[in-house]
Amino acid sequence: MVENRPWLTVMAHAILIMGLLLIAFPVWMTFVASTHDAETMLRSPVPLLPGTKMLDNYYTVLFEGFGQASRMPQWRIMMNSLIMALGVCIGKIAISIIAAYAVTYFRFPFRMTFFWMIFVTLMLPVEVRIVPTYGVVAALGMLDSYSGLILPLIASATATFLFRQFFLSVPEELAEAARVDGAGPLRFFWNILLPMSRTSIAALFVIQFIYGWNQYLWPLLITTKEEFYTIVMTASRQANVVDGVPQWNLIMTAGMLAMLPPVLIVVFMQRQFVRGLVDADK
Amino acid sequence: MIKRATFNHKTLPYLLLAPQIAVTIIFFFWPSGQAIWQSLLLEDSFGGNSRFVWFRNFERLFEDPTYGHAFWNTAVFSFLVAGIGLALSLLLAVMADRTIRGSTGYKTFLVWPYAVAPAVAGVLFGFMFNPRVGILAYSLNAIGIEWNHQLNGNQAMILVVAAACWNQISYNFLFFLAGLQSIPKSLIEAAAIDGAGPGRRFWTVIFPLLSPTGFFLLVVNTIYALLGTFGIIDSLTKGGPGKDTEILVFKVYNDGFRGQDFGGSAAQSVILIAIIVAFTFIQFRFIERKVHY
Repeated sequence: MVENRPWLTVMAHAILIMGLLLIAFPVWMTFVASTHDAETMLRSPVPLLPGTKMLDNYYTVLFEGFGQASRMPQWRIMMNSLIMALGVCIGKIAISIIAAYAVTYFRFPFRMTFFWMIFVTLMLPVEVRIVPTYGVVAALGMLDSYSGLILPLIASATATFLFRQFFLSVPEELAEAARVDGAGPLRFFWNILLPMSRTSIAALFVIQFIYGWNQYLWPLLITTKEEFYTIVMTASRQANVVDGVPQWNLIMTAGMLAMLPPVLIVVFMQRQFVRGLVDADK
Repeated sequence: MIKRATFNHKTLPYLLLAPQIAVTIIFFFWPSGQAIWQSLLLEDSFGGNSRFVWFRNFERLFEDPTYGHAFWNTAVFSFLVAGIGLALSLLLAVMADRTIRGSTGYKTFLVWPYAVAPAVAGVLFGFMFNPRVGILAYSLNAIGIEWNHQLNGNQAMILVVAAACWNQISYNFLFFLAGLQSIPKSLIEAAAIDGAGPGRRFWTVIFPLLSPTGFFLLVVNTIYALLGTFGIIDSLTKGGPGKDTEILVFKVYNDGFRGQDFGGSAAQSVILIAIIVAFTFIQFRFIERKVHY
C-alpha cells in the first residue's frame, strides 16, 4: 500500500478474520455436531466444541446407514456421487474438446450453424427446462440409471467455449509446421494440441467435478431407487424428515461427507480452481 | 474465429462435432421445444387428453395471484442476495488487497464455500437456525428475538438469503480480488500524492475502475439467485411457510411435479427462459460496452 497507517492494516486484518470466522462457522458447527451422540444434539444449546463420538458416527453413516430417507450404507451413495461427478466432467471435457477442435481447425459447410447451436445452450441451465427434460429422459427409458444422471448434464457450451478460446490462442505456426511435416488432423490433435491443453483440462476438471458432485434437483427427480441416490440429495432429505426424532449427529455427519470431497479438491487444487472459475465465466 | 491454417477433411469435422450436437439436440432442443409446445397445451387432470389452447396458460398465470407473489419473492430475494453478497465480498476483497502478505492466505480460507452444494448449505443453515436445537436460533431467543423460520415468512426469507450469500461469497470475492489486483498501482499512488486518503481513493479511483467486474458479478449473481438457489430453497423452506419463499424456479418444479400442472409449469419455464435470456443479453451487449473509464 502507498502509505503506512498501522491502524488501517490492523483493521483490515480484523475485518478479514471476522469474515473468516463468519464463513467457517456453519461448517464448524456441522463438524461439532458430527462428533457428539444423538442425545447431546437434542439438548439446546448444543455444544460448541467437538465431542468424542466422531468415529462411531462416521462408521454408522458410512457402513450401516441411518434414518428413513435412505437406509443404505452411505459409502455406496457416495460412490454414486463420484460416478456421476466423474461422468459429467469427463464426458463434458471429452465431447467439448473435440467439438472445439472441429470449429476452430476445420472449414466446412454449416460450421457457424453448429457453433450457434452449441452457443445457445449457454443461456439455459437444466433448471429452467426441468419438466420437459424429465419427459425426454423418461421417454428414452433412462430413469434410475447412471446414463440418465449423467448425459443430460453434459450438454453445455461452457467447456466448448473455453477450449475454443484456448485453441485460438495457440500459435498458427504449430498447425502449419505439423502439416508440412505430414501430420494429419488426428495426429496433430493427439500429439500436439491435447498435451498443450493440459492446464485448461485440469482447470475445467475441477470446476466440472464440483458441478457434477453438487447436483441436487436432477438426481432428486430421476431417481426413485436408492441404488442411484447421491450424497448431496440424501443429506438434504435426511435433514427434512418430518416425523420422528432427528438424529442431528448422523444427519450432520452425512452433511460433512457430502461436502468433503469437493471442498478438498478446491483447497488442494486451488490454482486450477481459480483459473477454471475465471476462464469458465468469461 | 477460425484458424488461418486449417485442415481439409470431408467427414472428420462432422464426426468430431457429432457427440456434442447429438447431446445438445436430445437434451436441449428437444425438451426446449417441448416446453414451448406444452406451454400452449392444456392437459386435463386425468392426463392423456390435452387441447391446444394458445396462450391460455400464460393468461392463467398472470391472473393467478400466487404467480405474482412468486415474482415478487424472486425480486426481493435476488435483490437481497446480489446486494448483500456483493457488498460483503467487496469489503473482504478490498481488505485482503490491502494486506500484501496475507491476501493469498486469506484467499485459501475464503474460496471453499463455493464447493459446498447449495442443498448442503441449506442443511447447514437449517441446523444452525433450527428453532429447537439451532445454536443461532438459541442465541437470538436469548436476546429477545423469537426465531422460528418455519412459521415466520420474513425470517424464512432472511434465512434463505443468508445461506445463498454464504454459498456465493467466495465466487464474488475471487473476482473482486482479481479486479482489484489488476488496477495499476501507479494510479493509486498518483491519487495518494495528490492528497487523497484511503476512503477517497476507494470511491474516486478504485470503485469506478472496478465497475466492469462489479456489473459482471451483478448479472452472474442475479442469475445465480434466479436459478442456482433451488437446492437452498428446497432443503430449507420448500417455499414455505405458506408461499413466502417460493421463487420462480421453485414454482416451476413445484407446479410441474407436485401439482402435475404441466401446461402451467411449461409456461412458467418459458417466462423464466425469457428472463434469463434477457439478462444474458444485457450482459453481452450493454455492460461490456457502457462501462469504460
